[in-house]
Amino acid sequence: MPSVTLTVNGKQATVEVENRTLLVQLLREHLGLTGTHVGCDTSQCGACVVHVDGASVKSCTLLAVQAAGTNVLTIEGLAKGDELHPMQAAFRENHGLQCGFCTPGMVMSAVDLAHRNAHPTEHEIREWLEGNICRCTGYHNIVKAIKAGAEAMAGSR
Amino acid sequence: MYDFKYQKAASVADAAKVIGADGEAKLVAGGMTLIPTLKQRLAKPSALIDLGGIAELKGIRREGNAIVIGAMTKHVDVANSPEVKSAIPALAELASHIGDPAVRNRGTIGGSIANNDPAADYPSAVVALNATVITNKRKIAADDFFKALFETALGSDEIVTAVSFPIPEKAAYMKFPNPASRYAIVGTFVAKTGGNVRVGVTGAGPCVFRWKEAEAALGKSWNGDALKNLSVKADGLNSDIHASSEYRAHLIGVMARRAVAKAG
Repeated sequence: MPSVTLTVNGKQATVEVENRTLLVQLLREHLGLTGTHVGCDTSQCGACVVHVDGASVKSCTLLAVQAAGTNVLTIEGLAKGDELHPMQAAFRENHGLQCGFCTPGMVMSAVDLAHRNAHPTEHEIREWLEGNICRCTGYHNIVKAIKAGAEAMAGSR
Repeated sequence: MYDFKYQKAASVADAAKVIGADGEAKLVAGGMTLIPTLKQRLAKPSALIDLGGIAELKGIRREGNAIVIGAMTKHVDVANSPEVKSAIPALAELASHIGDPAVRNRGTIGGSIANNDPAADYPSAVVALNATVITNKRKIAADDFFKALFETALGSDEIVTAVSFPIPEKAAYMKFPNPASRYAIVGTFVAKTGGNVRVGVTGAGPCVFRWKEAEAALGKSWNGDALKNLSVKADGLNSDIHASSEYRAHLIGVMARRAVAKAG
C-alpha cells in the first residue's frame, strides 16, 4: 500500500492508504480527526471542506495520494488551545448553527473567504456559500456570522 | 470506488507514454468530475496518471494578441489573473462562476475541455473566441476539437497542454445555472474578434455548438435587438428534469441577448 506523508494542523503524519482512499477518509479514519464531516458524498454539500496549502477544497473529492506533501488545515487546527478562532467565535455569537453538521465546512470555507476578501459584503458571502449546504438555519445567521468573523479576523491582523 | 494504480506524472511525455500503452488508464487533472465519477463506480480505470505535479502545464501568459492558459491552470487563477481580467474579462468572469469556490480551487481548464461535459462553461468560450487547443502533438482549432457528448478530437496518447485565446474586441458570457450544481442549463458566450462574431452555446445540446444565424445577425448589427426574430429549434436539444428542450431553446436567445448587452 502506498504511504502518504503530509502535514495536518502543523503536525507531520505518515499514513498507509489505498490509492482510492479519499483525503476525508485519511483524516477521519486514519488520523481520527472526525471534525471534518461527510454529508452528501457527491461533492456538493461542502461539509468536508478543509484547506490544502491554504485553499479550501472538498476533502471527499481529493485522493489522499494527491494530497501527499501538502499542508492540510482542518477544523481541529483552527482554535488556539481553549481560545476559539475568531470565525468560530462569530458562529457561536451569531447563532450560526443549529444541528452543527455543516458547520466545520462552513467555518473552513468562511476562513478561506476572509483570507481572500477581508471585508466581504452580504452578497459576496452568499455567492461564496454556493458550495456549502445547510438544511437548518436558512443561512441568515451563517451569513451574519461570517461577516462578523471576517471583520474580527481583519481587526486582529 | 474500485481500486486503481496511481502515478504522479513527471512530465507530459511521461504521462503520454503511460496512456498510450494502457487504454484503460486515465489522466486526472483537478479531478472535480473524475473523482465523483469514480466514487459512483461509473468508471473503472486501471490507473490514474496525475498531471498535478507538472509545472510546465500551469500558468497564464500573453503571447502577441492572445492569452495562453496552461492546461493545469485552476479556475480560481483564471478568474483572478490580471492578464485575463484586462484582456478578456468575459473569460475571467466565466471562470469565476464555475461550480463553487472549492471546485474552482481544484478544477482546471484542460480537464474541463478534455472532458467536454455538455454543461461545462469553458467549451462555449473556446468556441466563441475561436481559441486554439494546444496538445503534446499538434494545434487543434476550436471548431475541430469538440466532437460529441464527452468526446473530443484528442487521440489516445494526446494531452492538452494549453489553450490560446485570441483577444476579442468585445465578449461576454451569460449562463442560466442549475441552482444546485451551477452547471449551465444554458450558457451563451458571444464574442466579436477582428470584426467576426461567434456565438458559442453550452448546456443546451449534447455538445457545445455555434449559433450561426445569431452570428450572422450580430455581424450586421451588434445589438441584442438583432436577435429578436431569431429562434433556435428545440429538436435535438437536451431535455431533463431541470429544463425541457423547448425551454432550453428559448433560453439560448435570452442568454445571447443578455450577453450582447453585457458586452456593450
